[in-house]
Amino acid sequence: MIEIKDLKKSFGEKEVLRGVSGVFERGKTSLVIGSSGSGKTVLMKCMVGLIQPTEGHVIYNRNIDFVAIEEKERKEIRKEIGMLFQGSALFDSMTVEQNIMFPLNMFTNMTHKEKLTQVNSCLDRVNLKGSNKLVPSELSGGMKKRVGIARAIVLNPKYLFCDEPNSGLDPQTSILIDELIYEITQEFNITTIVNTHDMNSVIGVGDYIMFLHKGEKNWEGNRKNVLLEGSKELNDFIFASKFLQEIKTKMVI
Amino acid sequence: MISYRFFSQFGQYLFLLKKCFVNPDKPSIYWREVMRQMVEIGVGSLTIVVIFSVFLGAVLTVQTAYQFTTPLLSKSIIGSIVTNTSIIEMAPSVTCLILAGKIGSSIASELGTMRISEQIDALEMMGVNSAAYLVLPKILAGTIMVPLLAIVAGFLQIYMGMLVGKWSGVLTQEEFMQGSIQYFIPFTVTFGIIKATTFGFIMSSVPAYLGYYTTGGSLEVGKSATRAVAASCIFILIFDYILAEILI
Repeated sequence: MIEIKDLKKSFGEKEVLRGVSGVFERGKTSLVIGSSGSGKTVLMKCMVGLIQPTEGHVIYNRNIDFVAIEEKERKEIRKEIGMLFQGSALFDSMTVEQNIMFPLNMFTNMTHKEKLTQVNSCLDRVNLKGSNKLVPSELSGGMKKRVGIARAIVLNPKYLFCDEPNSGLDPQTSILIDELIYEITQEFNITTIVNTHDMNSVIGVGDYIMFLHKGEKNWEGNRKNVLLEGSKELNDFIFASKFLQEIKTKMVI
Repeated sequence: MISYRFFSQFGQYLFLLKKCFVNPDKPSIYWREVMRQMVEIGVGSLTIVVIFSVFLGAVLTVQTAYQFTTPLLSKSIIGSIVTNTSIIEMAPSVTCLILAGKIGSSIASELGTMRISEQIDALEMMGVNSAAYLVLPKILAGTIMVPLLAIVAGFLQIYMGMLVGKWSGVLTQEEFMQGSIQYFIPFTVTFGIIKATTFGFIMSSVPAYLGYYTTGGSLEVGKSATRAVAASCIFILIFDYILAEILI
């Protein structure tokens, strides 16, 4: 479980996060939604320690304040975190196999055979069996995301962060990636936090949804009530597409 | 304002160097990365060093002979001038200025691209000391391989100078060798190696700093690479003078 308390972040005069609080529970796929510039990525980077928040707390496992602890202790917690970046962030100079094996090389004393078994099991889990020797430039956008997920779960993390996993993907591939993240969360019973503005994800996998608007938490709930209730800002965000506007009209009728 | 910016950047550069040497995660991984960088920097730059040195040595002999109009001096002095100039200046400094363009831009653009495509963030996220993993092997490889390249350059320049002197009829091989040996000061070799080691450190650490802290997009990566080459060349020239003042 991860709890954030009154998280604030400013860049100079600009306040990007204005006191965001929330609880992301284990075994659930939690979504942080909001329009571009609402502070989703900054919130996620503050939670994983890539950006130091101006104020507030990020509590891991009920008692570890990630903001207050030393860098050495942070490194230990980071080994329990897997993260999928917006652009996948695969290492260009390495093959798919080397990319996924990298955390194992760095943090375990496994033999090469054991590492290879673990890599193949992760590749199998993301439906990319046999693509070990490909390099990132040979992969499609969806494949890169899946390799990113495989790398994120190779050390069996307790926490999985996904920054806009659907960006740049077609709707079908997006749904596959969403389902994969959802299944992995259930299967490994991990705390998963996904930044997205993809409505398919919201409706499909959001066990817990936090809506950010101008750096503040505007609404929280789940996929069952996100279409039925909420603030004006949330409704404006969700029903921005004509397709969903039509659904809304039919729901009202 | 300019001095504030300079000192702020210099502080950040020192901080990066400190980060490189503190808590490297797993020595075996670093060793492999150092080897890879040594091949990339050393073997990868060998062709340009050979081509450059062959022609520079030839030009040195021809132009020194051209300025040698008095018959009162022995022709063997041409050999001495070519040898000493190569060892003391051409091989370490001029070769490093050429290498700064190739190695500097390559290091800055590689790290800059890794920064903007979040690959460095990914390393940090995994709990890897990204500076130690990415920057330290480049600095070590640069500091080790550049002096070796300078030695190759010096040897080729002198050898080509001797051959061209013979082919063009300016002086015989024996005269060249006689001049080289007669006026040879052993310390010039030590001095040349000290210079090349210093320049190797500069041309790997300065571009690494500029690439590592790149912000923005692909345009900024290009700017970082350009700044890396310019800054490396300027620092090489400054340290060339400082070392000459201190050591000679």
